[in-house]
Amino acid sequence: MVSFPGSLDDRDAARALRLAGAEPVPLWHADHDLRGVAAVVLPGGFSYGDYLRCGAIARFAPVMAEVVREAERGLPVLGICNGFQVLCEAHLLPGALIRNDSRTFVCRDQRLRIERADTPWTSGYAPGEEVVIPLKNGEGAYVADARTLDELEGEGRVAVRYVGGNPNGSYRDIAGVSNARGNVVGLMPHPEHAVEPLYGPDPRSGTSGTDGQRFFISVLAAMAG
Amino acid sequence: MAVVVVDVMLKPEILDPQGQAVLGALGRLGVEGVRGVRQGKRFEVELAGAATPEAVAEVERVAATLLANPVIEDWSLHVEPSGISA
Repeated sequence: MVSFPGSLDDRDAARALRLAGAEPVPLWHADHDLRGVAAVVLPGGFSYGDYLRCGAIARFAPVMAEVVREAERGLPVLGICNGFQVLCEAHLLPGALIRNDSRTFVCRDQRLRIERADTPWTSGYAPGEEVVIPLKNGEGAYVADARTLDELEGEGRVAVRYVGGNPNGSYRDIAGVSNARGNVVGLMPHPEHAVEPLYGPDPRSGTSGTDGQRFFISVLAAMAG
Repeated sequence: MAVVVVDVMLKPEILDPQGQAVLGALGRLGVEGVRGVRQGKRFEVELAGAATPEAVAEVERVAATLLANPVIEDWSLHVEPSGISA
C-alpha cells in the first residue's frame, strides 16, 4: 500500500486489505524497495496536489520505478482513482484520465459491471456481474484514441464498466482497465469504501454495501492458488 | 540565460471540458462568432545558461515525459527570441 504526499485513501485501502485477511505493508513514495510485498495497491487521493496532471508527478516517485519493474514481471498491482491515474501516467495502463465532462466533482454510489473476471483482482466476481461501489472524483473521464479503445475492447481488457448512466464522460463507459496479462488493474470507483456493512453504499441501493471486498479477497485467493 | 517555451495542447480527439466551460462563458457574455475554445498549458523553462542544442534537447526530453502526456497531449517547443544570444 503506497502513500504519496497527498494520498488520502491509503488508510482505507490498508483497512480493506486487513479485513480481507491480508497484512497491509505501508510503502512510502520515497522508498526504493517494495519490502517483498506480494501485491501493491496505489490508493486514491491527490498525489502531489494533482499539479501538472493528476498522477503525473507521482509517476516519477522513486517507489514507482520498483512498482513498474515488478508489475512487468507479473506482480499484482491495483490502482484506485488517483492510483489509476498514476498507472496511466506510468504507462502501465493505456489511456489517461481527464476532467469530468460535467466539470463537477462527482460523489455517489455507482453501479458497475465487472467485464473481466480473470484478473487477480476480479476473479472473485462472475463475468458480467453488477455491483455498486462508491465513485468520487473530479478527473475521472477515461480517454484514449479510438485505436487503443478498439484494442482494449477486442482483447477483453476493459475490466469494469459504468452501468445506468455514465457519470463523467468516460469513453465507452469505461470505469477500469487492465494490462494484457491482467495483473495490473486500474479503476476510478473505490472498492475499498465498500467492504463493511453500513459503511459502504446504502443497502437501499439493493446491494449488501460490501461489493468492493472481493477485489481484495480475489488477490489473496490468486496468491494462494 | 535563455527561456525555452513549451506549449501543451490536448489532442483534437480528446474531450476538453475546460475549453467548453470557457466557450459557455463567452456565450453568456454575449460574445458572438466563436465556434470553439480549447485550453492548453504554456511552460516557460528558464535555463541556467544558453540555449545550446544539448540544453534544448534536454527540455525536449522533459516535455515528452513530464510536461506533456503524449497519450492525450501534443506539445511544441521554441526558444524565446531574446534568449538565443544570451
